[in-house]
Amino acid sequence: MSFAHDTLVWFSKSFGLFYLIGLSVAVMIYACRPSKKQEFDAAANSILTGEDKPWR
Amino acid sequence: MIAQLTKDERQSALVILGVMALIGLTMAIAGHDDPFGVHGAIVLVLATLGVFVMLSGYFAPEPSDERLSRYYDDPAKVGIVLAMVWAVAGMFVGDWVAWLLAFPDLTFDAGWASFGRLRPVHTSGVIFGFGGNALIATSYYVMQRTTRARLPDQVSPWFVLLGYNLFCIIAATGYLMGVTQSKEYAEPEWYADIWLVIVWVVYFVLYLRTLARRKEPHIYVANWYYLAFILVVAMLHIVNNLAVPVSFAGVKSYSLFSGVQDAMTEWWYGHNAVAFFLTSGFLGMMYYFLPIRAGRPIYSYRLSIISFWGITFFYMWAGSHHLHYTALPQWVQTLGMTFSLMLLIPSWASAGNALMTLNGAWHKVRDDAVLRFMMVAAVFYGLTTFEGSFMAIRSVNALSHYTDWTVGHVHAGALGWVAMITFGSIYAVVPMMWKRQAMYSAKLVEAHFWLAVAGTLIYVIAMWNSGIIQGLMWRTYNESGTLAYSFMDSVIAMHPYYIARAVGGLCFLLGTLIGCYNLWMTIRGPVPEIAHDPAHDRPSPAPAAAPALQPGE
Amino acid sequence: MFFNFQYRLERKAIGLVIGIIAVASIGGIVEIAPLFTIHQTVEDAPDMRVYTPLELAGRNIYIREGCYACHSQMIRTLRDEVERYGSYSLAVESKYDHPMLWGSKRTGPDLARIGGKYSDEWHVAHLNNPRDVMAASIMPAYRWLLRNELKTSDLSGHLKAQRAVGVPYTDDMIANATADAYGQATPETPFAEGVVKRYGEATNVRAFDGKPGELTEMDALVAYLQILGRLTDAAKQPATAAATTPAGQPEKKP
Repeated sequence: MSFAHDTLVWFSKSFGLFYLIGLSVAVMIYACRPSKKQEFDAAANSILTGEDKPWR
Repeated sequence: MIAQLTKDERQSALVILGVMALIGLTMAIAGHDDPFGVHGAIVLVLATLGVFVMLSGYFAPEPSDERLSRYYDDPAKVGIVLAMVWAVAGMFVGDWVAWLLAFPDLTFDAGWASFGRLRPVHTSGVIFGFGGNALIATSYYVMQRTTRARLPDQVSPWFVLLGYNLFCIIAATGYLMGVTQSKEYAEPEWYADIWLVIVWVVYFVLYLRTLARRKEPHIYVANWYYLAFILVVAMLHIVNNLAVPVSFAGVKSYSLFSGVQDAMTEWWYGHNAVAFFLTSGFLGMMYYFLPIRAGRPIYSYRLSIISFWGITFFYMWAGSHHLHYTALPQWVQTLGMTFSLMLLIPSWASAGNALMTLNGAWHKVRDDAVLRFMMVAAVFYGLTTFEGSFMAIRSVNALSHYTDWTVGHVHAGALGWVAMITFGSIYAVVPMMWKRQAMYSAKLVEAHFWLAVAGTLIYVIAMWNSGIIQGLMWRTYNESGTLAYSFMDSVIAMHPYYIARAVGGLCFLLGTLIGCYNLWMTIRGPVPEIAHDPAHDRPSPAPAAAPALQPGE
Repeated sequence: MFFNFQYRLERKAIGLVIGIIAVASIGGIVEIAPLFTIHQTVEDAPDMRVYTPLELAGRNIYIREGCYACHSQMIRTLRDEVERYGSYSLAVESKYDHPMLWGSKRTGPDLARIGGKYSDEWHVAHLNNPRDVMAASIMPAYRWLLRNELKTSDLSGHLKAQRAVGVPYTDDMIANATADAYGQATPETPFAEGVVKRYGEATNVRAFDGKPGELTEMDALVAYLQILGRLTDAAKQPATAAATTPAGQPEKKP
């Protein structure tokens, strides 16, 4: 299998842009979903409980 | 410490050490007329030493199951101490080579003591020795606390920590003997690289095993950053170090790639070593220890996730900005520049998130030098990432590349961000881990802080000046249309800045020494009666009797 | 019930791992992959020769002593660089460089075209103690290069490893590597002829360190420095064009 250099360069030049947009949308949806608020708040506070033992 | 290991664990440790001693012996014999043999001897001696240490405690009684209701912090403690030892060694060599640039004859007439061989000892000593040990140690601490799960066993954390330090020792001693691949920040030769892969795989598996033992479905974001550090460094390390050794009994190998491919691979590695070794892992540190020390949750958890994916994504494209105006095709340069500029968004999101967390706790920042270390780190992180994006612009890079500006930029990040967040985290974690009320002396932390800030500023400002002067001198034309300055003119002009830089480095080193003393006195100091709140002294639910027993059974 | 629980936890961690790999690997692949087909477009240099065993040994000393930390070997497409150091570096010029030594810092000047600019005597004196020839130099003195005998016994193995990564060394070159290393620095001996036969008429055959009887590390390093930028003439063509278009790299048509 041999790719033509031009094809690869074309792909490189265009693909990154679409990948960037797609990924940003996906990450934004994941992070900003209102239903996640509770989970995130709990996570942010979870390290501050001050306990010092493993649960098992 | 050996008393903490079970019989089985003592046996597997002995087997591992025995195998390593054998490998060392084989290397020493096969490579007897090559630095390879010296490295074999080092492995043999260290492994044998390990065997003796193991045997000395081998017949101690086994630990009780009570240990399972506590976190396993021994390797993390040793890792912190090792990090400080490497910090002193790496920074000492760094300051030495800084003085060499001002006074080149301040050394011995021997290969090992020349600038070219000492420089990688400095870079690897501080990045891998100091930074790496700090990352491994804090990751052990953080992953246990955030998952509320004890490390799954007591051998693999030691294997990772000590194996990693063996890698660092092989690397540093190798440089002194002239053993190097010449790939910047990836200098160790093929056998050290293979060893690091083994250590790293165990590290990765250890992390996943600990995560799998957690009770909370959500994985705290600091672990994401640590995990990205482990994973991507493995990826970078393996690809960039692909090489064919000349002989299996010698140190020398030749890179699989050549010329332009090798340059792109090297800077893809080099820039992402900055991203995933010097940024991602230390952000993990920041996202845990900053909220803990400030006593407040992170300002925006969402933002920390968004910047996580942003950093993971954008950095990978940015490496080619190290190769502007070179023989690298221009479209790759442009792509690198574009992504370097976009990188500012997640970087500032992280820095802003850290500073906003402190908003409302400024009185604590004022009074507590430990928190101030972390705050200054976040500020330098913001400044350095801005500078980095700026320097990735082609026309700016035309001036800055090859000059001391780059060195200044790297140290703004390394001293201002990486070292500061590490010192802050170490000062935060040491009392918690050794169950002390506080560090031995808050005044000494204060002294360390101001020496570190002063040292960083002197260093960075000296290098900004020298770098920009250098860049301008190289491109200045006189009226007749010829270059105005010879290269030597620019070297002479650098002299005062090189002295200033060495002074700045010395300040920073002194601060580190003070930190070591403070750490030592804290560890040696008395254990207070009750170090933590007994109300939280209960694990939830009750601890299992044996590690093999699953709660579902 | 527990197994379901643990399975869910595992899936989350594994999902995170896969996500990180997917997000982090694409950028590198996309930028690096096309470089491996670059030979389809980049200028070829039919006249390019490989390093002789002595030059390769010298290159390894250059690497060993960390010279690359202060000297670049990559002249950028900027007017002042072309005027200071010579025509800008082409990709093809480092195609046999495993690894490349483009460098990232100029504490000292660029060396991409240092070959032939100074005499052997100058290089030897300069490497032995730079301040003997340039009072303000901050380069370290490499006095041991003249003292150390060059190790040549394993050079065949080095050439073989180089061939394994793609440098076209012939069987003849590999078999005679040690003799050629000796011959290149001892012009009066029969070994010298073999070097010219295998690596071309233009190969420098001299007692580089000024000590005809001995083969020192200085011989190797100076032999390497004297060939830098002279393995091919490919760069001579576009040099004039570059000098007239400052700060611009002519867009290579993909």
